[in-house]
Amino acid sequence: MQAPSGVKTQGRITLNRAQTEPIGVRWLLIVAALLFLGFFLLIPLVVIFAEALQKGFGLYLESFKDPEAWAAIRLTLLTAAIAVPMNLVFGVAAAWAIAKFNFVGKNVLITLIDLPFAVSPVIAGMIFVLLFGMQGWLGPWLRDHEIKIIFAVPGIVLATIFVTFPFVARELIPLMQAQGIEEEEAAIVLGASGWQTFFRITLPNIKWGLLYGVILSNARAMGEFGAVSVVSGHIRGSTNTMPLHVEILYNEYNFVAAFAVASLLAMLALVTLAAKRFVEWKTWRQAPPRGLE
Amino acid sequence: MSIEIRQITKQFGDFAALKEINLTIATGELVALLGPSGSGKTTLLRIMAGLEMPDRGEILFHGENATDRSVRDRHVGFVFQHYALFKHMTVFENVAFGLRVRPRKQRPPEQAIREKVRSLLQLVQLDRMESHYPSQLSGGQRQRVALARALAVEPKMLLLDEPFGALDAKIRQELRLWLRRLHDELHITSVFVTHDQEEALEVADRVVVMNQGRIEQVGTPAEVYDHPANPFVYNFLGNVNLFHGRVEEGQVHIGPIQINAPEHAAVQDAPAVAYVRPHDIEIERSKNGQPAIAAIIKQIQPVGPIVRLQLNRQDTGQLIDAELSRERYRELGLKVSETVFIKPKHWTVYQGEGI
Repeated sequence: MQAPSGVKTQGRITLNRAQTEPIGVRWLLIVAALLFLGFFLLIPLVVIFAEALQKGFGLYLESFKDPEAWAAIRLTLLTAAIAVPMNLVFGVAAAWAIAKFNFVGKNVLITLIDLPFAVSPVIAGMIFVLLFGMQGWLGPWLRDHEIKIIFAVPGIVLATIFVTFPFVARELIPLMQAQGIEEEEAAIVLGASGWQTFFRITLPNIKWGLLYGVILSNARAMGEFGAVSVVSGHIRGSTNTMPLHVEILYNEYNFVAAFAVASLLAMLALVTLAAKRFVEWKTWRQAPPRGLE
Repeated sequence: MSIEIRQITKQFGDFAALKEINLTIATGELVALLGPSGSGKTTLLRIMAGLEMPDRGEILFHGENATDRSVRDRHVGFVFQHYALFKHMTVFENVAFGLRVRPRKQRPPEQAIREKVRSLLQLVQLDRMESHYPSQLSGGQRQRVALARALAVEPKMLLLDEPFGALDAKIRQELRLWLRRLHDELHITSVFVTHDQEEALEVADRVVVMNQGRIEQVGTPAEVYDHPANPFVYNFLGNVNLFHGRVEEGQVHIGPIQINAPEHAAVQDAPAVAYVRPHDIEIERSKNGQPAIAAIIKQIQPVGPIVRLQLNRQDTGQLIDAELSRERYRELGLKVSETVFIKPKHWTVYQGEGI
């Protein structure tokens, strides 16, 4: 297929002179964008590492010897380790149902998936407090059975699952809708079972989109503050995640330690970006946008 | 395997896709479902495969009711319009898929799978392409892979949904002749959907003409082309000219001429229409003493071995399409704006409501 406009070189569209702006305008736009990015993104990122290392590398490392910091890191990893796989399963199931079948209430489901993006994370946390807190609907029953959800790890995991709910599903729904159901139909006619069709046909077709969703979901799971803050109770060494721990240290004027933990989260962000870029590149190679095939 | 369709009805929302369809397909037959888009032909095919469920009616395979049989257990080969090849698998793995997903006990050993796939790829002349991915193949090659993949599971019938619809004219021509030869070799009951009347007439043993969820006519290509059951079939199977007139005691009066319509002998003075194919219109330079319709040549288009004429009837101004051989065209020495005399050679007369 011929590219509609511009020339294809190495998978990029190079615009010719007639299709682009005068050089002055171009530079103005580029400089404006770079200044904005530098001011709002790059400087804060540099500041985090500068503050963390301001009293030397030794003290920076010292910050991680604090058992409470370790507890926060462990809890964050545990939360992500539970929330991300649960959302993976849910996201694939929801996207599969929405893209491949017609059923009553499909539009309601699509809208509901977006709910966690639409509400403030604080409200997300409040929902769980109202449900499982001491004065909540299920509070008395939970107390009688000695199950602790709010101000404990289960509450943090639940709140994290809630806020990271849409990432995988939203990534997969348009992808699966675009792919249609012909390949699955072909597989079934050839005698494949539902599971065989899923693992041999559907999954290979969506794997990069799925990974993309998982990466974003993981970044959010580890970085979530608002919802987790409401349900956590900030019990040091027990229900503090990394973002919460950063806040506590900062409020105690322990800047080096605060920025040291923050630098870990920042590094996670950088790794996420790199991984995301890699997956985008892979996806692009697998299915180039229309017009560049 | 024979297929029998009884009273199949299918509704999509408000749209009636199929209305009480009855059809029997004999073992080893190659049948074309022909019709315009929205006629229900693809829906009927998908119901045979089990990819759609009929609202009412039943479908019998080899005399056994298979209406509720699952897609997997129907043992059909299905070829999709857009190939539906597995993008992430090589040609070889695409063809092997149906064998590999069998339950362990029925799965042939690896060596047998290899041999089977290789022989199928040879059959579709793609044995050199086995390690290519679908994206590296041309449209015609992809369609042949899809066919080999469908045949790998040794289906009891082959269903093809507009198999050549997405290909260019030359490849389409080649592939349909090839499909015909393949069918003659394998003798597998086959049904294919098409909106291309030429394709249906050229390839099929029998043609099922469909329109608006109903079957208009079933017959051999010669039957449906030479004896269309109704104006729709006549219209759909190629270009046609309509001559409006009145029928009286087996004679149709069209302008100055009269043509025979013995099948309407009992009718006393009613409106009627004679359907005449462009190649059934005779063109003469002079009347030769017989009544004929005068027409002016508007356009002359030589297309391959034939010449197409567009004429204007002098009495009514109606446009008439005519086709004649190059030889005859040269003999007559026709030019644009000349007046000629036309007469139908073969026709079918329809009479009654809605004509």
